[in-house]
Amino acid sequence: MRAELRAMPTMLRIGLAETIAYRAEMIVWILTTTMPLVMLSLWTSVADEAPFRAYTQADFVAYYLAALIVRNLTSNWVAWQIGEEIRMGTLSMRLLRPVHPFASYLATHLAAIPLRLVVVTPVIVIMFLTDARHVVIDDPARAGLFVLSLAGAWLLTFGTFVAIGALAFFLEKSMALVEVYFGLFMLLSGYLIPIDLMPGWMAAAAEWLPFRYMLGAPVEILIGRHADAAAAAAVVMTQWAWAAIMLVTAALAWRAGVRRFEAYGA
Amino acid sequence: MRFGYYLRLLAVSMRTSLLTAMQYRADFIIEGFMSLAWTALALFPLLVLYGDRTTVAGWGFAPALVVMGLFTIMRGVLEGAINPSLIAVVERIRTGSFDYTLLKPADAQFLVSTARFAPWRIIDVLAGVAIVVYAFRELGRAPGPAELGAALVLCAAAVAVMYSLWILIVAAAFWVVRMDNLSFLLGAVFDAARWPIHVFRGVWRIIFTFVVPLALMTSYPAMALLGDLSVPTAAACLGGAAVFFVIARTVWSLAIRSYTSASS
Repeated sequence: MRAELRAMPTMLRIGLAETIAYRAEMIVWILTTTMPLVMLSLWTSVADEAPFRAYTQADFVAYYLAALIVRNLTSNWVAWQIGEEIRMGTLSMRLLRPVHPFASYLATHLAAIPLRLVVVTPVIVIMFLTDARHVVIDDPARAGLFVLSLAGAWLLTFGTFVAIGALAFFLEKSMALVEVYFGLFMLLSGYLIPIDLMPGWMAAAAEWLPFRYMLGAPVEILIGRHADAAAAAAVVMTQWAWAAIMLVTAALAWRAGVRRFEAYGA
Repeated sequence: MRFGYYLRLLAVSMRTSLLTAMQYRADFIIEGFMSLAWTALALFPLLVLYGDRTTVAGWGFAPALVVMGLFTIMRGVLEGAINPSLIAVVERIRTGSFDYTLLKPADAQFLVSTARFAPWRIIDVLAGVAIVVYAFRELGRAPGPAELGAALVLCAAAVAVMYSLWILIVAAAFWVVRMDNLSFLLGAVFDAARWPIHVFRGVWRIIFTFVVPLALMTSYPAMALLGDLSVPTAAACLGGAAVFFVIARTVWSLAIRSYTSASS
């Protein structure tokens, strides 16, 4: 742990330099996140005539722009990275270093956040130029909760992706599982449609599964969909509990996986 | 004779792709399941929406389903016949093995566009057709022969436009080398073609009609199938597709001249 902490500033600097070196590629990857905008176009057209249940046009704009922001800030590609390194055998290089691979993955993906922030800044500006600005919360307590929930969503997504990536130790077709995961995520996180617009049974399922806490929870807090700060705080607590569970799962899967790692090709 | 020669080349390429695909028969089940799941996922917002409303931007549930069906078919064509080749060629340009393609005694653009197919994507096409059939059962009528013919012609034009856009991407790879994720970007933009074009307003409708003509790919063929498309609009679609095709071919010829092999 001490070694990891001492190496962290350097690893973060390396990560930042890498992000800057591949900035054009990364920006194109970030731009492929168009789904919230595709959904936004549909729902604003729907709400043009009359509000759809509890959502007015401004609510939809705020919801999907917030979803776009949260998704871009909390996403990462660590599952693909780990899967590739296991398949190609290049993971052995990482295993030889005196810091735990988790720490180096963490540094790489933390270091990408500044660039992600730069890319979403125009979206934030647009949000405050449209009617959506009246929907976004402005009391400091809930704003603080939003920042906390954003961090929680990042950790939860990171833990989940490391766990999925570690599946490559056991399965040849682990990347197909990423696709299954992404389908469930789209459906149950509120990425496609807000959770309170889903059919009752599905909304109830979303309550109990982790996906909602990766995207829906921060978005709902930002646009003030919870009754009060206490309700929002309860959501954030559940979210952090999920993040802890996922990180522990990832650690266990990793420990079991490294034992059977054979470093093909290297 | 030239035509027969290219037809034979196409058949050979399709056969090798099919043979490769047959080696991974388990993929058929996985990919089939995935493509059905993605189709269901795409239908979900429509079901929620039309649970409360009868029309959106002038489109009822069944006509919107026709657009969704055509979107699924087009996505199958895109990922089965267009994308695999283009991803392969971008890789070849990057590594320099594109030299061998240029040395072969056939048109390079033809070789590049028929390099690889993904036969399992036929599942998407079938799922799309099933959605369209279901939509017409909901409507309680079948499209007449004239409508069916018009829709088929427009679908061919749609494929031509899609192909032209992707050729432009590959042409860009001659200048900017690392272009593989740009094809994902276009794929992401293509996602917007799942809604009828009238859902989009103002500048977006203009962009999706004239710049990245998504309207041409799904909405207009769907309108033709439903019998709602006027003859001038249909003619304009065909003209637009032809213009796109010519532009793509011209840019390709210009681009290939500036190819400086990466290997030597």
